[in-house]
Amino acid sequence: MLIEFVNIAILALLAVTALAAIRLHDLFAVAMMFGIYSLLASVMFVVLDAIDVAFTEAAVGVGISTVLMLGTIGLVGRHEQKPAHRPLLPILVVTITGAALVYGTLDMPLFMDPAAPAQQHVAPYYLNESPEQIGIPNVVTSILASYRGYDTLGELAVIFTAGIGVLGILGLRRRKRPGHEGTSE
Amino acid sequence: MNDNPVLRIVAKIIIPMILIFGLYVQFHGDFGPGGGFQAGVIFATGFILYGLVFGTDALRSAIPAPILRIVIAGGLLLYVGVGVATLLMGSDFLAYNVLGSTPSGGQHLGIFLVELGVGVTVSAVMITVFLGFAGRNDP
Repeated sequence: MLIEFVNIAILALLAVTALAAIRLHDLFAVAMMFGIYSLLASVMFVVLDAIDVAFTEAAVGVGISTVLMLGTIGLVGRHEQKPAHRPLLPILVVTITGAALVYGTLDMPLFMDPAAPAQQHVAPYYLNESPEQIGIPNVVTSILASYRGYDTLGELAVIFTAGIGVLGILGLRRRKRPGHEGTSE
Repeated sequence: MNDNPVLRIVAKIIIPMILIFGLYVQFHGDFGPGGGFQAGVIFATGFILYGLVFGTDALRSAIPAPILRIVIAGGLLLYVGVGVATLLMGSDFLAYNVLGSTPSGGQHLGIFLVELGVGVTVSAVMITVFLGFAGRNDP
């Protein structure tokens, strides 16, 4: 009973925050709304017992991406420009896509359904064997770092590539003397 | 923001706590929630707070750019190096059992090193991205 109330409250707050982010035109306030949205999403993950995901969402969604959005606002100015087009076509596309996604969820197994494919495949093996094979208490860490070490290596390579890309495009060092070659912007 | 004493003093108090908490999440990820990725982000947050309050030039002199670049590559190389080490010790790529005298000990060491590589690269990339965005509109 309490958990349903908490779920409904968080989902309602998520919807309110998203609507507020759409309605507001001050980009600074919109960035704050996105931060609040991420914080609520991480509360939602805690309710779903996904502590590691909640941790990541709180650190990246609330912390880093808000700072990066603020940094971008510092570059582009904090007021939204008038849109060049009428919003009818985007609203139509978003409505159809959203309806298709909701229709897709009707075929998904129920939450915490023991017969769901995700609970039947490798998850029981990991949960039963990891204390014996890996020997560390946090199963999430055993899966990420050992059983699925290749995937984590791939993710790290993605982060590495992103860092190299930012270095290449934005550059780590600011050019001291404007007007010389290489500073045409 | 440089001349606001409240910000400066609060930042000086909480930045060490953020860094310690990042290290805790890094090295306690086997036992509780967390791991290299979260720890790297939290560790980077301490540096980013320093950059926000004291300016990006102070952050640049705290961590020079060449060191950041070496650290970005070093974490990934550490991860791949663990895999190559297990290959050279006669097992499969990233099969940590051979790293220790017991399979469980090998898994502990392998996961520790791999998570360290993740944390180091993630935190250096986050600081780099922050400097890339925030450092551009300095006077």
